[in-house]
Amino acid sequence: MAKTVNIWIDGQHLEVPDSMTIIEAADKHGVYIPRLCYHPDLPPTANCGVCVVEIEGTPAPKRACCTPVNEGMKITTNSKKLRSYRKTLVEMILSNHDVTCPTCVANNKCELQILANNLGVDPESLPTILDRQPVDESSLSIIRDVNKCISCGRCITVCNEVQTVFAITMTDRGIGSHVDTPFGMGMANSPCVNCGQCTVYCPTGALRERGEIDLVWDAILDPDKHVIVQEAPSVRVSLGEDFGLPLGAVTPKKMYAALRKIGFDSVMDTNFTADLTILEEGTECVAKLKAGEKRPLITSCSPGWIKFMETYYPDLADCVSTAKSPMSMFGVLSKTYYAQENNIDPAKIVSVAIMPCTAKKFEARRPELRDSGFQDTDYVLTTRELIRMIKEAGIDFANLPEEEPDEGMSFYSGAGTIFGATGGVMEAAIRSAYFLVTGEELQHLDIEAVRGLQGVKEAAIEVPGFGEVRVAVAHGLSNARIVMDRVRESLATTGESPWHFIEIMACPGGCVGGGGQPYGNDIASRARRGLSLYEEDRSLPVRQSHKNPEVVKIYERFLGEPLSPLALKLLHTYYFKRSVSDGQVVEQVTEKHTAH
Amino acid sequence: MKFYRSHILVGINETSLQAGVEEFLRSLRAELSKHNLQEEVNVLETGPLGFFGRGICLSVYPDNVNYQDVKLDDIPELVEEHFLKGRPVGRLMLDTLGKFTPKFDYQNRIVLRNSGLIDPESIDEYIGTGGYEAWEKVLTQMQPIEIVNEVKKSGLQGRGGAGFPAGVKWSFTAPIDAPQKYVVVNADEGEPGTFKDRLIMEGDPHQLLEGTMICARAVGATKAWIYIRGEYKLCIERLQNAINQCREYGIIGENIFDSGFDLDIEIKIGAGAYVCGEETALIESLEGNRGHPRWKPPFPGVEGLWKAPTVVNNVETLANVPYIIKEGADAYRKRGTPDSPGTKVYTILGDVAHPGLCEVDMGTTLRTIINEHGGGMKKGFRFKAALVGGAAGVFLPEARLDVSMDHSSLKEYAAVLGSGAILVINEHQSIVDILWSILKFFRHESCGKCAPCRNGCQQLYKLITKIKKGNGSMDDVELMLTIAETMFATSFCALGQSPVMVIRSAVEYFRDEFIAITNK
Repeated sequence: MAKTVNIWIDGQHLEVPDSMTIIEAADKHGVYIPRLCYHPDLPPTANCGVCVVEIEGTPAPKRACCTPVNEGMKITTNSKKLRSYRKTLVEMILSNHDVTCPTCVANNKCELQILANNLGVDPESLPTILDRQPVDESSLSIIRDVNKCISCGRCITVCNEVQTVFAITMTDRGIGSHVDTPFGMGMANSPCVNCGQCTVYCPTGALRERGEIDLVWDAILDPDKHVIVQEAPSVRVSLGEDFGLPLGAVTPKKMYAALRKIGFDSVMDTNFTADLTILEEGTECVAKLKAGEKRPLITSCSPGWIKFMETYYPDLADCVSTAKSPMSMFGVLSKTYYAQENNIDPAKIVSVAIMPCTAKKFEARRPELRDSGFQDTDYVLTTRELIRMIKEAGIDFANLPEEEPDEGMSFYSGAGTIFGATGGVMEAAIRSAYFLVTGEELQHLDIEAVRGLQGVKEAAIEVPGFGEVRVAVAHGLSNARIVMDRVRESLATTGESPWHFIEIMACPGGCVGGGGQPYGNDIASRARRGLSLYEEDRSLPVRQSHKNPEVVKIYERFLGEPLSPLALKLLHTYYFKRSVSDGQVVEQVTEKHTAH
Repeated sequence: MKFYRSHILVGINETSLQAGVEEFLRSLRAELSKHNLQEEVNVLETGPLGFFGRGICLSVYPDNVNYQDVKLDDIPELVEEHFLKGRPVGRLMLDTLGKFTPKFDYQNRIVLRNSGLIDPESIDEYIGTGGYEAWEKVLTQMQPIEIVNEVKKSGLQGRGGAGFPAGVKWSFTAPIDAPQKYVVVNADEGEPGTFKDRLIMEGDPHQLLEGTMICARAVGATKAWIYIRGEYKLCIERLQNAINQCREYGIIGENIFDSGFDLDIEIKIGAGAYVCGEETALIESLEGNRGHPRWKPPFPGVEGLWKAPTVVNNVETLANVPYIIKEGADAYRKRGTPDSPGTKVYTILGDVAHPGLCEVDMGTTLRTIINEHGGGMKKGFRFKAALVGGAAGVFLPEARLDVSMDHSSLKEYAAVLGSGAILVINEHQSIVDILWSILKFFRHESCGKCAPCRNGCQQLYKLITKIKKGNGSMDDVELMLTIAETMFATSFCALGQSPVMVIRSAVEYFRDEFIAITNK
């Protein structure tokens, strides 16, 4: 039992654990202390100074975010002086900020804007001290606008501590200090894996995705183009919150309706290729298990993870499934299978993906992902961009009547939909792998051990005829490091991996917490969205990928069987070793069109 | 030991090195040999002589004659007149500048007791003056807790600026059971106008080392770091030489004096950021990170360098320690005031007749320091203000000259002792201009970590520039105060909390100047 202390916040007596900071104690008891750089998911950087409070007996105010509570502490959160300090402080911050609120991507979501509004500051009270710098547009995924940056340091904490990518840090000093990539070479020439967690935690619009909305509109409005759209599993549980629906509302059919209203020619679903991925990856896994392979099989759906692996663990690239991500499988099939089935010239097909992810923009432009003869996936929009597009089109999403998707590549099982939560791919794979190994269906489909937000999850499943299958699930790249370091060490010492099958997702929480998800994407809302995916899974008629009728059909009519030569050509890829200093390709490290 | 009739002490510092002191020494020795005086007159290279003259300065003992700006061409005359005929050369003597002879009250010095008297590069001379006796005493006759208690009892306060009691600081770290503890000497002297630590280290590096050793023993640290400004080349050389000598003599190393105690001291050269004088930023820098301050708590005494309990003390603070141990806390408390015991080293600069260094008792009035140790105002100038404590200090006007220089008395005027820099300003100087240069300094030195300091320093600089150019208004002056007060309340470390004091004192005591310039 933790020790508790008595404190008084604005006269209100509270008994709180002595391990808490003032702001944690206040938040827990519903007292809101104004803040800017503090975020409950992250260790405090204590950079902004907005959360200062008065403590009886101390000469100067103290930051609530990093001052621990003490027995008998008497805290004032709101006084004439504190109000004046906060106001002047926010005015100072605004004087060094590119104030373009009405057109900023973060408008109405920007924590600085909201704080300034709440405190009633006068943006004109101080002359501007902004020294305008060029915007870093080098990256395919993430735009970095230093002029909007308030140097809160959250992005650095996320990048270096949560994701351990080390793409950005603070450089220079004083008024010239700013967040930058190594040697100021830009995001494209850094170890950045494009996960976009920095864009999620940025309190302003300084970090955002590379926008592709206009390109998609152009394609839609071009009568010569046939525009096909897919949506990732987690998008259906994140869209609604921005339109006044409850957090985690499950809205696939409103989503299809909105996309059709926007003007997409064909509305399909990434969940279909999620099921297909299970068949390819699962077959790969089963082959490995049967062969008694000592090296593990690791999932390959998360593009942030893939670039991270190529940068920091290229020696283990042969352990990563060659199966393309569901998005890229959809992309290549939209210009082959779909084109063939519907008699459309693939040159006229524009394949658009709606993803919770910024790294997918990078993935779509990987030069090796052109097995259809074209760039397999043309445009990637984040959930945030789709929200903006829906708003731009003037669609009343909340009251939109539900519609079904188009047929062919849209049917999905419960296994496909839980891809959006950490552990979901593992659970989906186990449901089908069990069948592939034993020829029998798994009786209990809910595999609770791999669900939830624990950083690294482990489970052992008894498979008749094989024995114990040991699996691990990691989400967030610092957790991926823990798992990969153990694999590397174990392979070096015992020659055997501690686990047979490993799922890794770059973002904490999995895709529901992706870098392209709506603002306010904190751990609590990720957990809620994840639960919604499991609820949808339970409600679906088919819950195993191998039972998806459209998947069965595509093998019958087009691919043959999992890992067939055509499947290997279209649905499997290969990996590179990348430089840890600039993220560029050093050499190809795995074979083309093979399975591991 | 050889006996000489006369000693010529030659101050070796940046000024004299620039003036060609090495060639000067060769010529001086040759000239003495020419007159066959080499067995009678000893030429000694020392640190600062305790007064500031131009060029190469000499002190002659036992005659107690000080020369300044002695040139190569003066050597024949000097040797013939002074050392052959016994007639000091009046035109080269320091006191011909004015009617002033600096007060060299060596008996009353603690920190500077050897400075200018012994060869700082010789450990034997330091030992000859009683050096390392205190170190031996703490290792052989005292328990660590007794050392802490003695320093606590002495009332020694940190001399870096904040004035926190050193013994109390040590008492936080001493009882902690940790596999590794550290002592860090803060020699990153960066307060504008302050150069006391440099002269302490140049003049008597061994005394600092001895203080450091005693501190390490008291708190149980087996490793000490000296974090020193990169510009202090001579200090670094002399400290390194002193450390080497100590290692050679077994004064530091393993199982020192068979006490079972191990200690090593290492020098780390800083890269010139003002903020690294702040103890947590200094620790970050020592670890190889950006010099950004850390939040306290945890305090360095509990969790400091590489997470180990770490005592960070200023050079002058530690240089007091050997005296306290040797003579006892009671002897130390006889000096200074009851709540600020001991002496303080000041650097007096600006428009005084004799800028330089002095060590006086705590509680000496500002007027005494300026008049008796700085030689009063430069001829023909009237006193207007003194900036006490460097950029992070305050302006004090003539009416405040009789303030007793100790922590509690200064507090009454919202002033601080700070680093001990006293910048004297004459009536023709503009307070606005000086404030401009201070705020430019803060803008340059803000580390950029926290929003109030980063943006505030820039706003203050822009506002004072506008005012200085005559384009400002009294509203801008008020705005500066509002910003500086917000910075005081919300900045992460002492750097951003500092500008308010200097601005407030400038506006309070010299409001007329601001009114005049804004009405232009």
